Amino acid sequence: MSHAATHDHHDDHHGAPKNFFQRWVMSTNHKDIGTLYLIFALTMFFIGGSFAMGIRAELFKPGMQLMQPYFFNQLTTMHALVMIFGAIMPAFVGLGNWMIPLMVGAPDMALPRMNNLSFWILPFAFILMLSTLFMPGGGPAGGWTMYPPLALQSDSLAYVVFAVHLMGISSIMGAINIIATILNMRAPGMDLLKMPVFVWSWLITAFLLIAVMPVLAGAVTMLLTDKYFGTNFFNPGGGGDPVLYQHIFWFFGHPEVYIMILPAFGIISEVVPTFARKPIFGYKAMVFAIACIAFLSFIVWAHHMFAVGLPLGAEIFFMYATMLISVPTGVKVFNWVATMWGGSMTFETPMLFSLAFIILFTIGGFSGLMLALVPADFQYHDTYFVVAHFHYVLVTGALFAIISAAYYWMPKWTGNMYSEFWGKVHFWNSVIWVNVLFFPQHFLGLAGMPRRIPDYNVAFANFNMISSIGGFLFGATQLIFIGVLIHCAFFSKKKATDRVWEGAKGLEWTVPSPAPHHTFEVPPVINDDELAHGHVND
Amino acid sequence: MTSGGIRRSFTAAAALALASFGSVALAAPGPWQLNMERGASTWSPVAYHLNNISLAVCTVIGVLVFGAMFVAMFRFRKSRGAVAEKWSHNTMVEVIWTTIPVLILITLAYLATGGLTSWADTTGSQMTVKVTGYQWKWRYDYVDYMGKSIDKVGFMSKLDTQSDQTRQLGSGMDPFAVKVGDESTYLLNVDKPLVVPVDTKIRFVITSGDVIHSWWVPATGWKIDAIPGIINAAWANFTTPGTYRGQCAELCGQDHGFMPIVVVVKSKADFAKWLAEQETQSTAPAATPQTAQVATPAGGKQG
Repeated sequence: MSHAATHDHHDDHHGAPKNFFQRWVMSTNHKDIGTLYLIFALTMFFIGGSFAMGIRAELFKPGMQLMQPYFFNQLTTMHALVMIFGAIMPAFVGLGNWMIPLMVGAPDMALPRMNNLSFWILPFAFILMLSTLFMPGGGPAGGWTMYPPLALQSDSLAYVVFAVHLMGISSIMGAINIIATILNMRAPGMDLLKMPVFVWSWLITAFLLIAVMPVLAGAVTMLLTDKYFGTNFFNPGGGGDPVLYQHIFWFFGHPEVYIMILPAFGIISEVVPTFARKPIFGYKAMVFAIACIAFLSFIVWAHHMFAVGLPLGAEIFFMYATMLISVPTGVKVFNWVATMWGGSMTFETPMLFSLAFIILFTIGGFSGLMLALVPADFQYHDTYFVVAHFHYVLVTGALFAIISAAYYWMPKWTGNMYSEFWGKVHFWNSVIWVNVLFFPQHFLGLAGMPRRIPDYNVAFANFNMISSIGGFLFGATQLIFIGVLIHCAFFSKKKATDRVWEGAKGLEWTVPSPAPHHTFEVPPVINDDELAHGHVND
Repeated sequence: MTSGGIRRSFTAAAALALASFGSVALAAPGPWQLNMERGASTWSPVAYHLNNISLAVCTVIGVLVFGAMFVAMFRFRKSRGAVAEKWSHNTMVEVIWTTIPVLILITLAYLATGGLTSWADTTGSQMTVKVTGYQWKWRYDYVDYMGKSIDKVGFMSKLDTQSDQTRQLGSGMDPFAVKVGDESTYLLNVDKPLVVPVDTKIRFVITSGDVIHSWWVPATGWKIDAIPGIINAAWANFTTPGTYRGQCAELCGQDHGFMPIVVVVKSKADFAKWLAEQETQSTAPAATPQTAQVATPAGGKQG
């Protein structure tokens, strides 16, 4: 193993354990746990993706061809639960686990044993949740938002609630670990305002997680007691209020949306300066914008509920608060463009995915602004326009940022360069087919197609067929990604240098490639010129 | 695609030109329709115009931002010999690009607030219809019209038989063949539509007997949830007689996609005649209103 480079003077127990079980199941090493998280997320991405393929296959043309409507509802529900809690969130935690200690000069996460626990909860939670698909009553089919009274009709509610509890515990422990690491474990001289934006974005995200995961746990627990213990929180027959659930759920749900995008902002803020060879424009504004967005995320939840019949004053308040979010978000987009301006750009695969992120996420932001306008939202709400909107921010937003990060740091993880040719093949296919997949869905929504329906009027046939074709090809394209990853990890002959990218700055590039099993056992000496954002007065 | 499919595409292309400019009050969605419809009520243009204005604003901003990005990508390439500059801050520029969006937002907020306030005002209605959602059909009860209360006019409205047979898994029937006249009505037709008069401010009071549904006819410009235990109110004043189609817009179980809404808007004279007929028929037991069952969450099954 190449760990010898930094600490060959130490004893054997500092290397990676040779025993497979010991190394991976009992691991307390942030890099190994990060790898586990990333592999888990990738697995879930393909499981959730296969559900999406089923959905798009049924929607390929009008008429029911493949499945009963109830199974279709299970697919839409499970697709969302798996992608949100199984793919996007664990992928960001995996990236945070791998990179945060390396970026702040810490030897490991602050709480390594808890780190192990917070990962190993996840496979069990998802086995539990996915197993409901094979049970007599089928899986959850009331949508990932689990609105009562509909969700209370499901036989698998108890399994899903327990799985959500487990994911919540895992997320909270992960968040505590990240906060403790960032606040306590930074190398001397790594001031808060010299940290990479990715680390900042995770610090803020971790606080969001701790704030809202218990709220979700509370909401689903009330569902559980309503169904099995005779309570009436949400049952109007017993004096309860179904809308109460929606308020509680979206008080979790909207910060959750930003939990899935703030670390993506951090990633883009690392990748763009590296390949533009120019420091990030307005570092402080970038950090402040993330904090602003995080704050605003707590006071906009009811914009998911404009059609439930809120009082006029509430609709106006939540509309204004929601529109306000576009100001800090706009600042971020402008700053990324300003970072490129006057730079010296090259277009390796990570940069391509980041540039696609900026454009396509912004398109998702535009439809978000349109959705914020209540009178227009009365038409958009619960249509394919919304489906298009959140897939632009989550697929071409969060997912593209994760893929960009994977290409960006893969040489550091594996010690090998990935195939730039196949990386670009992956990029161009992804960016074309994802737009064929999701752009027509705007039109479908505007023309009046509701979301979560298994069949539709023939007027919607053309764009659905186009969307499905895009979906199949986007799905197939992701197999290229698997190929690139396997090739890079095991077969690539091209060794990565320590710095990997010409314009890369920051502590993670000062350790060898691949990063040894243990790094920064002795805190590094910080040289501000070496940091991406060493001079904060700019 | 069959030759019928090609023909459909051609008619579609023609419809597209009209639909995308929204100059016609569409009764139902059209193939290749790109934009929201203008609707057929006095309020629906509010949503339509706000949609167009905000789309235009976003398009202009998008062209500017993405344009700047593409210029940067071509001018500042390393392969063209670009050398990276060192600056990373410019207060003036930052103030400008924070202020301009704020001004744009204030304009949009002003327009949206006005539209929203007029939407929320259900006073002065001349007619009241109670709408109740059930898994998976709608019930309409006529409450009053022109200051006179109406007794015992109410009926269930569910998916028409032709659509229902066609939509069964493996039915082998062609959804394109489901038509009323020239209009493709697959999944957008019911056995008994809601009938209302034109040029009348109609107040809809909307609730549900089991789970949450959402009553949506795009021609009105709005949708609103039908929630058990809660009565929501909204209004529409249709400007043109015609048949307007919509669907349930909140996931409500296995047949969520199969509980359409059809509103037939008649002239006031025709409506009065229709209403009189309904009132005479109302002694028949078929029209007896079903009592709304209270939701029993643990009891029912979706599947």
